[in-house]
Amino acid sequence: MKHTLAVTVDNQPGVLTRVATMFRRRGFNIDSLTVGATENPSISRMTIVVQGDDQIIEQVTKQLYKLVNVIKIVDVTHERTVERELVLIKVKADTSVRTEVMQIVEIFRARIVDIGKNNLIIEVTGDSGKIDAIEEALRPFGIAELVRTGKIAMLRGCRG
Amino acid sequence: MNCKGAEILINSLKKQGVDTIFGYPGGVVLPIYDVLYDSDVRHILTRHEQGAAHAADGYARATGKTGVCIATSGPGATNLVTGIATANMDSIPVVFFTGQVASHLIGRDAFQEADITGITLPITKHNYLVERTEDVERVVKEAFYIARTNRPGPVVVDLPKDIMDKFIDYTPDDSEAYIQSYRVMKGFNAGQVINAAELIKQAQRPVIYAGGGVIISDAAEELRELAEKRKIPVTTTLMGMGAFPGNNYLSLGMLGMHGTRYANYAVSESDLLIAVGVRFDDRVTGKIEAFAPHAKIIHIDIDAAEIGKNVAVDIPIVGQVKEVLHAINQRLEVVEEMSEWHQAIDRWKLEYPLRYPASIEGRIMPQHVIESIYDLTQGDAIITTEVGQHQMWTAQYYKFKNPRSFITSGGLGTMGYGFPAAIGAKIACPDKTVIDIAGDGSIQMNIQELGTAMQYKVPVIVCILNNQYLGMVRQWQGLFYKGRYSNTDISLQPDFVKVAEAYGAVGLRVTETDQVKDALREAMKVDDRPVFIDFVVEREADVFPMVAPGEPLLNMMGGDE
Repeated sequence: MKHTLAVTVDNQPGVLTRVATMFRRRGFNIDSLTVGATENPSISRMTIVVQGDDQIIEQVTKQLYKLVNVIKIVDVTHERTVERELVLIKVKADTSVRTEVMQIVEIFRARIVDIGKNNLIIEVTGDSGKIDAIEEALRPFGIAELVRTGKIAMLRGCRG
Repeated sequence: MNCKGAEILINSLKKQGVDTIFGYPGGVVLPIYDVLYDSDVRHILTRHEQGAAHAADGYARATGKTGVCIATSGPGATNLVTGIATANMDSIPVVFFTGQVASHLIGRDAFQEADITGITLPITKHNYLVERTEDVERVVKEAFYIARTNRPGPVVVDLPKDIMDKFIDYTPDDSEAYIQSYRVMKGFNAGQVINAAELIKQAQRPVIYAGGGVIISDAAEELRELAEKRKIPVTTTLMGMGAFPGNNYLSLGMLGMHGTRYANYAVSESDLLIAVGVRFDDRVTGKIEAFAPHAKIIHIDIDAAEIGKNVAVDIPIVGQVKEVLHAINQRLEVVEEMSEWHQAIDRWKLEYPLRYPASIEGRIMPQHVIESIYDLTQGDAIITTEVGQHQMWTAQYYKFKNPRSFITSGGLGTMGYGFPAAIGAKIACPDKTVIDIAGDGSIQMNIQELGTAMQYKVPVIVCILNNQYLGMVRQWQGLFYKGRYSNTDISLQPDFVKVAEAYGAVGLRVTETDQVKDALREAMKVDDRPVFIDFVVEREADVFPMVAPGEPLLNMMGGDE
C-alpha cells in the first residue's frame, strides 16, 4: 500500500540527492516527493509517498534515518492529517462549453486563473481523491496540459 | 591568528590525534602538501591513490583509530573509489580528503575535475564539499565524529583549492562536534535483554554467530564470557575472525559458503541463534529461507537498519554490542555442561574436519603454506589477504586468536587490497609480524606498493600462493561452467622474485613442501624491507567444503573424504 512519510531534513544543498540516491540504490519506489522550506530556515520538509508493505516501509524509514542530514521521519499514513495537493489544468474550452466547465469548477471549489481564446487554466487544491475526480470531470472537454505538485501532509492537533 | 585553509586543515587533523596520513599529491592539493612539508604529521607517499586508500583502511583496522587519506582532484579522487567502497562495506572509519578544482571552476569541466561527492554518495557514510575556509575546522571535526561513531564508515571531504589557499582570521574552536541530525546511539532496550537472557537459558542447541561488529565494538571479552558461561559454540563470519579464539574448544570456525561443515550443521540444527554484530550476508546464509530453520534468532547490532533487512528475527536489540553483551551476561549463571549438543558437534568435528588432499606429485598444497604460517606465528601475527581462494583458505586454516589480527576485504571483496593494507597495518603496529597472504592474480593489482614499503622500510611479508590461475574463478568455472576455463589462466606472469629484487626488496621462491617453513623463518628475520615469497603451489586445488550460491547451508560439497 501507499505510505506517506513526513521527513524533516537539514536545509542544505545535496540533501534531496542523498534521499533520492538512497531510494534508487535500495530499489524503493517513490510515488511522489515534495520538498520545501519550513518555518525554520535551517530545516526543510519532505513529503514522500512510497509504495510497499510494512517491512519495506520499515527499511525505508531506517535507511532514511541513516542519512546524516535526516532529522525526523513520521509515517502519517494512519494518522489524522490534512493532505493537500495543488494541480494546474489547462482545459480546452471555447465559448460553447465554457459555462459547463465553469460549473464544474464551482462544484469542486476550484479557481480559474487564466482565460485564453480557446482554453482555461484551472487551479485546484485538495486531497488526491478530489484532484482525481475533477480531472475525470474535465477530461471529456480535452485536457491540453496538467501539472501536479505531489502531496504535502501535516498532522492534525499537537503531535508531530 | 591569520591562517590559510590548508594550515587550519592540518591543525584540525592534529587535534583529532592524527599522526599518519596516507596520500598522493597533485595540482589542487599543493597548498595542503606545502603545509605538510614542515608539519610533524607523518605522510606516507604511496605509489597509487588506491594503495593510499587501502593503507589508511589497514591502519584503521589494525588499531581501531580513524584512518586518514589524501588525494588530488579528478583521477586522484576517482582512484580512491574502490578503497572507499571497500571501507564502506566493512564499516571501517577512514576520512578521505580529496582536492577539488577552485570554486569558480566547479561545474565547468575544468582540468582534473570530477564530482567526487556525487560519485561517492552511495559508498560513504557521509560526505562534504567545503565551500568556505571558515567551515574547514567544523567539517573536519564532524567528519571524524561521523566516521568513528555508531556504525563506523568512510567520510569524504572535498576541498576546493581556493578554500585551502585563502587566509582568514582564525580562532581555534575546541568544542565537540555537534550535528543536529546525527546522534550517537546510547543505551538499549533493557526488556529485550531480559527476553534474550531467558531464551538463552531455555535453549538446548544454541549457537553464537559473531561478526565484525564484535571487533568494532571491542567486545571480544564479553563474547567470550557469554560463550564460556553457557558453553555455547561460536561460529564467526569472515569479518568476525579473531572475535573469538579459533583454538578455543567452543570455536566452530567460519560459517557460510566456505565455512566448516560442523559450523553449518550446528547453525542448521540450532534452536537458538545469537547473532552478534552481523548482517546476514548472502555468503553466510546461503538460501535465506533455509537458514537456521529451527532457531529463534536474537540479533544484536548498532545499526537498526540491519534488523530485519535480510531475515526476520525474534529478539532484536539495537545498541553497542559490548554493552548489550555485558548486560546479557549479568543475567546469566554459569552452566556446567551442554552435553548432548556438544556431543553432536564433536561427532561432526570428528567426522568432517577441515581437510585437503595430500600433496599431488610432490607439489606444495596451498593450505599447507597457511598451516605453516600459523605454526610459526601461533596466531600472534597480523594477517591480511587479497581476495579469492587464498583468502578462504586463510579463514579456514589460520586460527585467529585476537581481534584486529585479520584484515581482509570481506564485503566488497577487493583484489589488490591486502598488500597496501598490510603496509598500513605494519606502520600502525611496527612490533607485530605482518603477513599478506596473496594470490598471483591479486598481488599484481597493487604490486607497485613495493615502492612504498621500500621507501619507508616496512618489513611486511607477502606470501604469494602462486597457482598461475585466477583460482577462485577457475574453481567456479570447474564446478558450474563445465571446466571451460575462460580467461583465468594467468601463467604468463613476471618472475615475482625478480620484481621484488628490482625494487630492492627480498624475493624468495619455494617449490618444495619441506622448504616452506625455512623460507618463512628467513622472511621473518628481515626487518628493514618487504619480502616476497613465491610459493609455487598445486595449480588446481579447490576450496572445500563449499555451499553453491543460493543453496541451503546443509547442501555442502567436498571436504567430506
